Amino acid sequence: MTSLPPPTARKLGLVIDLDTCVGCHACAVACKEWNDGGSFGPLPDADPYGAEPNGVWFNRVHSYEAGVGSGEWGVEKANASCSPTPLSPLPTPASAQSIHFPRSCLHCETPACVTVCPTGASYKRAEDGIVLVDEDKCIGCQLCAWACPYGAREFSAKRGVMQKCTLCVDRIYNETLDEADRQPACVMACPTRARHFGDLGDAESDVSKLVAERGGYALMPEFGYKPVNRYLPPRPRKDASAAKKAAIAEPIDTTQMSPLLRWVDRVLSR
Amino acid sequence: MRPSFSIIFFTVLSGAGYGLWMLVGLTFALQWPNCVPDGNLSGVDRETVLCIVPDAITYAFGAGWLLVVSGLVASVGHLGKPLRAWRAFSQWRSSWLSREGISALLTFLPAVAMVLYAMLVSLQLSQVDVGDSFTPWIDRRVIRLLGAVLAFGSLATVYCTANIYASLKPISGWNNRFVMPIYLVLAIHGGLLLLWLLNTLPSAWVTMGEPLEARWNLVIGLGVLLFSVLGAALKLIYWKQIDRKQTTTTADAIGLASLDNVRSFEQPHTEENYLTHEMGFRIARKHSRKLRMICLSAGFAVPAILATLSLVIPGLGVAAAWVSVFSGMLGIFIERWLFFAEAKHAVMLYYGARDA
Repeated sequence: MTSLPPPTARKLGLVIDLDTCVGCHACAVACKEWNDGGSFGPLPDADPYGAEPNGVWFNRVHSYEAGVGSGEWGVEKANASCSPTPLSPLPTPASAQSIHFPRSCLHCETPACVTVCPTGASYKRAEDGIVLVDEDKCIGCQLCAWACPYGAREFSAKRGVMQKCTLCVDRIYNETLDEADRQPACVMACPTRARHFGDLGDAESDVSKLVAERGGYALMPEFGYKPVNRYLPPRPRKDASAAKKAAIAEPIDTTQMSPLLRWVDRVLSR
Repeated sequence: MRPSFSIIFFTVLSGAGYGLWMLVGLTFALQWPNCVPDGNLSGVDRETVLCIVPDAITYAFGAGWLLVVSGLVASVGHLGKPLRAWRAFSQWRSSWLSREGISALLTFLPAVAMVLYAMLVSLQLSQVDVGDSFTPWIDRRVIRLLGAVLAFGSLATVYCTANIYASLKPISGWNNRFVMPIYLVLAIHGGLLLLWLLNTLPSAWVTMGEPLEARWNLVIGLGVLLFSVLGAALKLIYWKQIDRKQTTTTADAIGLASLDNVRSFEQPHTEENYLTHEMGFRIARKHSRKLRMICLSAGFAVPAILATLSLVIPGLGVAAAWVSVFSGMLGIFIERWLFFAEAKHAVMLYYGARDA
């Protein structure tokens, strides 16, 4: 049934820390690797070793820059249509930073991708809120991919059906794995521990506490789909140029120094 | 959004087919059968029953079948698993696509009933000699009811088709209150143009009187004029709305609007993927102005002018109808292509699109 279940108490999901993510794509690769052989696989590619490989990944890592090349410098206009990274003739401003942004299914509480499905292939689990596709029922109309503003769903031209993140439902309840390994593959693979898995419906869970502490937020809430996954914003950068200026202007209280150091200061200040 | 031809053919062809069925159904519900007397049907002669409907309407009903079925077949071509298409009838509670499938299926009921009814009536007529008095099986009330149900079903199906698109919030160009009226008006516009053409065929009015034909030419001419003006006006308002500068940015999409000048410097993948292929279509933007002008003139201006002219100069009728149908359908095809090609999907913000 593609009608939504009543609001679920358990809301399993991911918390992704944009402060510590280094954009290494390990999560995306681990995801592809696990799910290619998992219950929802395979994830076959077209032309995998050729010039234009193309296939389904449940996880995609974008890289953004912020604070570089503002419009005033005239760089944006000149490069608008070609390179996304203009070669700025100016030094990189101190406020520049990069943000690596892993994008995957947010397992929304009221997902439109489920309600638009004409066949019942797309569904949200009543017990834990995971959004899944029953690949034996999917007719490949792709309406669910159009309905998702987050690009969580990719159509497999090879298999003729829609595929998406399963939150590794075949790992997290898998009793043949050690309990410590019952986590999504992306979370297990992350070398900087930027990904956290847990129940966001439980205010006392580690992930909920982390979200509360770091000001975790949902993506594009204006669509009203109520994503479960949360992103933690990058911590504010230390302003390098301001710190440098402060160092130069910092006065030395010579009265506090020993006579020897006072003499050294006098000599060096000449 | 990538304009996929299977969907464009589906919406244009089945739209025009349902437009024809709306008109045919309406004429059955309101006007015909004209030659069957009210009340007591016993003792009618064969000639009276024969003139129930002009051939133009019969042709229109048949053309509707052709267009609706070919449109629906084209839509199945869009599916990754066409043989599972029957599953799409199950989720009418939540899905407009499912509702559309069911509405299309239900609309075939009055259409099939009409064919069967016509066959029954002609079977009876074939056994009666000219001039013989008999009690015909035909009943005006049944035809009126079937006509009304056919018109309503056709209207409902196009309404559902439009809502498949209009209900998708991530695509601002579709999640627009003018999308639904545009689909309905263009379906009827296409239907009217085809009815006009069928109306000018030599045999279209053989079984009916000439005064009725003249009245019909006037109704169809005015109808084409009205729906051309209505269609063009709706498209102009719609285009004005979707041209408004969108204010959502990549920074909003990743939830970090407080940062300055967020820009994508590296994509997640080196080659195109499903999302960029399906939702990152851009070719139309370059030519959209010219295509809009072609759409307006071919789709609406030419039929409107020719319909007006042929009302004034009746001798122009046949040629004007042929030109209008080809020009008008070309305009509707371009309109539908632009509807897809110009629509921007919010996911492209993650790929650094300036607006979506």
